[in-house]
Amino acid sequence: MTALSQQTIDATRKNESQLLASWQANLDASGASRDSRINHAEFETQTRDFLRLLLAGTNNGDSANIAASEWSDVRAFLDGLSRSRALQGFDSHTTANFIFSLKRPLFELVHTQYASNPTELGSQLWAVTELLDALGMYTVRAFQKSREEVIARQQEELLELSTPVVKLWDGVLALPMIGTLDSQRTQVVMESLLQRIVETGAEIAIIDITGVPTVDTLVAQHLLKTVTAIRLMGADAIISGVRPQIAQTIVHLGLDLQGIVTKANLADALALALKRAGLTVTKAT
Amino acid sequence: MNVLRSGTQAVRIEQDVVLARQTARKLAVEAGLRLVDQTKLVTAASELARNTVVYGRGGDMDWEILEEERRKGLRLTFRDQGPGIADMKLAMTDGWTSGGGLGLGLTGAKRLVDDFSVESAPGQGTRVMICKWT
Repeated sequence: MTALSQQTIDATRKNESQLLASWQANLDASGASRDSRINHAEFETQTRDFLRLLLAGTNNGDSANIAASEWSDVRAFLDGLSRSRALQGFDSHTTANFIFSLKRPLFELVHTQYASNPTELGSQLWAVTELLDALGMYTVRAFQKSREEVIARQQEELLELSTPVVKLWDGVLALPMIGTLDSQRTQVVMESLLQRIVETGAEIAIIDITGVPTVDTLVAQHLLKTVTAIRLMGADAIISGVRPQIAQTIVHLGLDLQGIVTKANLADALALALKRAGLTVTKAT
Repeated sequence: MNVLRSGTQAVRIEQDVVLARQTARKLAVEAGLRLVDQTKLVTAASELARNTVVYGRGGDMDWEILEEERRKGLRLTFRDQGPGIADMKLAMTDGWTSGGGLGLGLTGAKRLVDDFSVESAPGQGTRVMICKWT
């Protein structure tokens, strides 16, 4: 790897303000700094801060190894930048362009410095390219990581949101299940349902599977386990939302749901629950 | 028998089971299967795709939309390079499982479709074909 020469480093330090201006002009031209998601003053601060850190990095550390401790400030800055860009909804292209648009101003500077020395010019251009590429890659990687964190958090939120336990009546809880029932979700569902049974002292829990598109043996196994656990807590379980096509599929699969009370829809299940609680619904006249 | 359209989809991880199911449902609609038959085929596909992931250590699902005389059909083939099935008779017994399931996946899938075939030998992987006609 080629390192930046002292002459290049000195030149960049001397021309810092000029570099900054032409970098910002470059970013302006690409439209990156006029994005409504980020305000212009903030953008300028970011470019100024980064250039300052970059120069400090080249001055103290080896430009061929940005993983070294001398570059930790630069890396921390890029981590923060990538994270905020990811949260603001920018794409990886725009985020990486923040670094790559610095190439041109730096190239121009190197060009003027080594106009009379083509060999040195070539090697310094290469060094600058390598440094900026490494920083750009680092930014993309950090960006990707922040995005993945966002996705992981959303998945968790979805998991929580997708399993609401609702109280239909005194002593009657309902759990409308939606989507795919994998092991992880069933676990969350079971935990929150059992917890609510304890809290409310409910005697009947209705599990509604209207929103579950496919009931295969794994889903059935999860449902059976949940029902067994509900019974162990001293409550009764009713499964509702068994559509005709699901019923026929269950029969052919050979699943044994005997001993489990099932109903075609939630209304029927609630009616049964009320009946068991000794309540009747009458029309007020 | 004509093949109208065909394709292949990877079934490697647990999430692929969901994707295989979605593909199966989309194709079943395209083939013109009734809602009950769609559900049956999708459920069978779900069982077999999960077997492919859990017991076959991942594989592929081939799909074909078929046309024969006046009926159309959807054929799915699940292939894996896993350990294979040592005792086919036992594997096709209701309630028997080598894992922790209910032991109804393979036999249940067979009952849910019109055509069913399974080929396997120890160390040679497993190939399960299912077909449902309109």
